[in-house]
Amino acid sequence: MTTAEREEPLSGGAAGLAFAEATKVYPGRKAPAVSNLTLEIPASEICVLIGPSGSGKTTAMQLVNRLIPLTAGDITIDGRSVKSLDETELRRGIGYVFQQIGLFPHMTVEGNIGTVPRLLGWPKERIRARAQELLELVGLDPEEDLPRYPSQFSGGQQQRIGVARAMAADQPLMLMDEPFGAVDPIARDRLQDDFLRLHAEVPKTVVFVTHDIDEAIKMGNRIAILRDGELVQYDTPDRILAEPANEFVADFVGADRGLKRLVVWELRDLQLDPVPPDGAVGPSLPDSTSLRDALSQMLVDGAEQLTVLDGDGRPKGTVALEAITGLIGPEKKRTVEV
Amino acid sequence: MIAPIAQEPVIPEFERASECIRENRQFCFDWFVDNFDREFAPRLLEHIELTAIAVGIGFAISFTAALIAYTRGWFETPFALLAAFLYTIPSLAFFQLMVPITGLTVTSAEIALVSYTLLILFRNTLTGLREVPEDARVAARAMGLTQWQLLRRVELPLALPAIVAGIRIATVTTISLATVAAFIGVGGLGQPIFNAIQSGFKTEFVAAGLLAVLLALVADALLVLLQRVLTPWARARRA
Repeated sequence: MTTAEREEPLSGGAAGLAFAEATKVYPGRKAPAVSNLTLEIPASEICVLIGPSGSGKTTAMQLVNRLIPLTAGDITIDGRSVKSLDETELRRGIGYVFQQIGLFPHMTVEGNIGTVPRLLGWPKERIRARAQELLELVGLDPEEDLPRYPSQFSGGQQQRIGVARAMAADQPLMLMDEPFGAVDPIARDRLQDDFLRLHAEVPKTVVFVTHDIDEAIKMGNRIAILRDGELVQYDTPDRILAEPANEFVADFVGADRGLKRLVVWELRDLQLDPVPPDGAVGPSLPDSTSLRDALSQMLVDGAEQLTVLDGDGRPKGTVALEAITGLIGPEKKRTVEV
Repeated sequence: MIAPIAQEPVIPEFERASECIRENRQFCFDWFVDNFDREFAPRLLEHIELTAIAVGIGFAISFTAALIAYTRGWFETPFALLAAFLYTIPSLAFFQLMVPITGLTVTSAEIALVSYTLLILFRNTLTGLREVPEDARVAARAMGLTQWQLLRRVELPLALPAIVAGIRIATVTTISLATVAAFIGVGGLGQPIFNAIQSGFKTEFVAAGLLAVLLALVADALLVLLQRVLTPWARARRA
């Protein structure tokens, strides 16, 4: 990388993130909070850090934007060490979303979203246009909600504004610390879905901290399981569920990990049997249905087979009950390949 | 220093006075209106000036002290103790105490008046800063605001309601205390009150007292209005 490139601020696109033996020892403590953490997060992926409380997941995340300083090791963003960047410059290039949201109560939605762009010296019109665009993206009203104050929104809406604020300057990296932990389950589900949709539209590299394994499976391209500051397993959700590295991971993901695995797959991922000439059999479900929902539907209907519909609602094949249940059996771990 | 109240009230221009005045009734409105420009308007302006200077300087000192205490915790106790000590000095004694040092001057009056504002202004400003939600502070730091930007853009605006609340109390208190400052001859609405205590002329006494109360109410209302203009977010509620 040339010197000129190194001096540019972090902005636009998505950045690869790498922890290299990152270590944090808090003053006065013997055991490190994060110990020799090495992991690579490819650009535009969502990496979930998960573990029981005290596992160091939040500390690991806050090492990235230096809210907590590293004791040893390094963290690089697109090859640039976070230690080489000016602290304020670094933070302005990394979106930050946390459970308590932390919207500024004295600023309008526009003021909140425009915080970092203002620091970067954007002109007023550009900030307004960006705020409108982002409100639209997170599912709020770009005209009506702009001049309102945070207290005028529900918790879920406030977190949408928080997400918009974290993306305002087109930061290539986002840190999310249990972002949907404080909202009710229904709102959380919608926030998760909407964030995944948003992420597909505007792919950013995301470090996502949670203690909820279901959320980790749903949100993560990769999951890093931490225990006592050490990385226990770093893998895709499917592989963590199929092949937990040890007893701890198996316990952590839960006894129902077989069923949880079915959340990861959709009907479209299966090899389909041809539709019989006499038409559809069993319940008909779109190919974007998760295997878990499909299995549930078959059990409810007492069906042995179901028909998979394509995007236009036409039958494109059938799936037998055993094809789904067989997936979670021990000898068929890898019948489905990504 | 204060002469005993006269046996017979001394009524100005007794010959041409109205019946209300001759009988020295509680309050003669016609006399008040006739003499407002000459007797009261200059005193009222002096009073406003005394108050504004005292609150202004008091705020500058307290605000600076509160900022120091906010970043350097050790500073809080000594300053708060000093301010509390000053606050306990009886006002009449304080004005008299200053005379040998700075004379029968406005400076003497202001030193005492400023001293009385410190405790409330310091406390309120510091409390306001400390009550800024921690979440907002964390968010600001994580977004790359510098210490100064955090103070100016987040902490001070959020502390504003508490700061203005302090200024309101300090202003009303100072308006009241400034009447006592007439004791060392610096004018203000206290002067007609002292005159009336000596002359026994009730209208003058009541008029000056009412003006002081009215001034306090108007000043307070103006500050409330100022706060509303400066903190529109404080009244925003879910639609």
